[in-house]
Amino acid sequence: MTSATATDANPAGTGEVMTADGVPLRISLARARRRSRNRALLLVAPLFLFVLITFFIPILSMLFRSVENQIVGETLPHTVEALQQWDESGGDLPPEEVYAALVEDLRIANETKTAGKVGRRMNYEKSGFASLFRTTARRIKRIEAPYKETLIKAKKDWGELETWQVLKRESDAYTLSYYLAAVDFSYTPTGEVLKLPDDRSLYVGLFWRTIWMSLLITVLCLILAYPISYLLSTLPVKTSNLLMILVLLPFWTSLLVRTSAWIALLQKEGVINDLLVWVGLIGDEHRLTMIHNATGTIVAMTHVLLPFMVLPLYSVMKTIPPSYMRAARSLGATPFMAFVRVYMPNTVPGIGAGALLVFIISIGYYITPALVGGQSGTLISNFIAYHLSISLNWGLAAALGTILLVLVLALYILYDKIVGIDNMKMG
Amino acid sequence: MTDSPPPLVRFENIQKSYDGRILVVKDLNLNVAQGEFLTMLGPSGSGKTTCLMMLAGFEPATHGEIFLKDQPINRVPPHKRGIGMVFQNYALFPHMTVAENLSFPLEVRKMDKPERERRINRALEMVQLGEFGDRRPAQLSGGQAQRVAVARALVFDPDLVLMDEPLGALDKNLREQMQYEIKHIHENLGVTVVYVTHDQSEALTMSNRIAVFNDGVIQQLAPPEDLYEKPLNAFVANFIGENNRLLGRITGVNGDSCTVDVDGGGSVVANSINIGGEGARTTLSLRPERVAINPEPGSLPNIFDANVEELIYLGDHIRTRVAVCGHDDFVVKIPNSSHHASLEVGNSVKVGWNVEDCRALDSSD
Repeated sequence: MTSATATDANPAGTGEVMTADGVPLRISLARARRRSRNRALLLVAPLFLFVLITFFIPILSMLFRSVENQIVGETLPHTVEALQQWDESGGDLPPEEVYAALVEDLRIANETKTAGKVGRRMNYEKSGFASLFRTTARRIKRIEAPYKETLIKAKKDWGELETWQVLKRESDAYTLSYYLAAVDFSYTPTGEVLKLPDDRSLYVGLFWRTIWMSLLITVLCLILAYPISYLLSTLPVKTSNLLMILVLLPFWTSLLVRTSAWIALLQKEGVINDLLVWVGLIGDEHRLTMIHNATGTIVAMTHVLLPFMVLPLYSVMKTIPPSYMRAARSLGATPFMAFVRVYMPNTVPGIGAGALLVFIISIGYYITPALVGGQSGTLISNFIAYHLSISLNWGLAAALGTILLVLVLALYILYDKIVGIDNMKMG
Repeated sequence: MTDSPPPLVRFENIQKSYDGRILVVKDLNLNVAQGEFLTMLGPSGSGKTTCLMMLAGFEPATHGEIFLKDQPINRVPPHKRGIGMVFQNYALFPHMTVAENLSFPLEVRKMDKPERERRINRALEMVQLGEFGDRRPAQLSGGQAQRVAVARALVFDPDLVLMDEPLGALDKNLREQMQYEIKHIHENLGVTVVYVTHDQSEALTMSNRIAVFNDGVIQQLAPPEDLYEKPLNAFVANFIGENNRLLGRITGVNGDSCTVDVDGGGSVVANSINIGGEGARTTLSLRPERVAINPEPGSLPNIFDANVEELIYLGDHIRTRVAVCGHDDFVVKIPNSSHHASLEVGNSVKVGWNVEDCRALDSSD
């Protein structure tokens, strides 16, 4: 046992505190902390990797896909280069070299079978491009100099100024045209931005519909969930557990089953219409249309999302001691005033969490509107799915998805500014 | 009760049952005088809090009637009773500042702003928290929160304030300090306070009168000194302060005193308070500080041989446990004065006491 204490065991005399074996305390502490930090990191590493691989990378790649446009430059490198010299606003067709370059590119594309791909990509900008590229590539062996003349003869689209203008516009490696399409705008052939006519506008209306339907569903969920949660939080544990199971039971049932049940209830020949006709409230010929429209989506989604509102509300209400209400009453407040001034403000964290949860889930909801939405009840996510799996316009799907993501993030930030995210209580 | 002014609160034959089988409060009759500090004291489950809740209006009485200023209030909802209340865990509204908490009862009474501010300031000054109006309850210490709760219950000038174990959550020092503060506020304002606690020292410190509850019945209603000096039954004698119990059988009654054969041997002359006739069983109650060690022979009517079992040094006194008359849990408090007898464990001593100090009460077994 040495008599030296920690402070004077310092041979260098730098004023630094040393441990018993002469290592500076600062370094020793950092070492000890690093060890436990490394152990903690090791524990979260699998989850971190999982989230990275299955969540962040796909999202980043999706974000990238909404602006990515390398296919034109990769498939038609010579044409793109030759087009740089051409003045698209001059009113003249491109010179012979551009046509020669196109033929060269298409020869290669025909061999590597990539002409169809670039055709499909260009078809998003102007219909007719797909068949133009397909046929030209198929006939490319028969095209001879002078290329300009023979190409125009083979497909007269090559003699149109617009064709070349669009091709030049989309020759950059990145494009905003998907985003423009996602908000009902488009480029003119010469690159000006133009709003689509109303009869061709689709997505802005869909975004608005998605937002107001999600808001309505959130409000309906709140109205329905608040009294239930209050009841759950005030009843004796035994009864409230039973009720909680009733709330959660649908939650554990397959989504498809629940949605189909709503079809059975709400359809024209369904239970509710039958009942109304039988009671005599409506005539047999005036059966209500409650499914395959916005009403169907709202009713079914409110039902599906209700537990997401009940659970945070319940968990917050359970922590509010009954003495608050009693105190308010003893201070002279009527039951209503005590509720409004004392109870409700204390449930705001639960309202916020539940509303945010329901709104964010419903803004991207897919299955229920797809099944019961019909024409007027489909949401933006249904169109994202359509472009992903049917039209295969992934760029547009990615742009729509990105806008949705930005929207949700914006709302989240707004919520944080107004209510404060620290105030939120999930459960 | 022979109160000259009419009582502020009157419980008349109040019974209360929660489940229809067990009576939590059994036929309670109690008057609270104007300006009085009355404490309901008792172990948990004795019905004291239930009585307070019935008075506040949060629990309906199963039978009987409660009168406030001679008006029956059984059917008056809590917010119309005008009774201030301090809750066990303060029940300050966490989303309001201290000033807003105090303003709440004034706002619901539709007071105008200058009047509200005047009263809020006055109430905060009263509890010495003048600077704390803008704080949130979460930013207060336990003692400060307790003071705000008291201020809030008083800010609208109620005639009656109920306190439900308000100091239970505080540590010992703070609790004692708050006891004095509440007592002074009560003296200064002249407000009537009904206070519920299970802490006897709290009750003794603050109250004008104490109602000792057990098993849904008031065992004794008396000023603190009477409760300690003159307990009427074995429960009160045991519950209030430290107490030596000697069980025995009465062999003779002679006016105010009686002779009791203690179970472990020995015959004690005791002050008969609450006893049956000859042959009945009784509990003798004797305060530890009223027992003398090694008295002069013949100076006291009751002198017995005892054996020192345990000595605990407590600074101002020495708590000595002795075996006497077959009871080995007999405690004697010996003051730590300069000429106290120095004892050691195993010593044989004599203990003695007066007839008046040894009270023969009901048999508790």
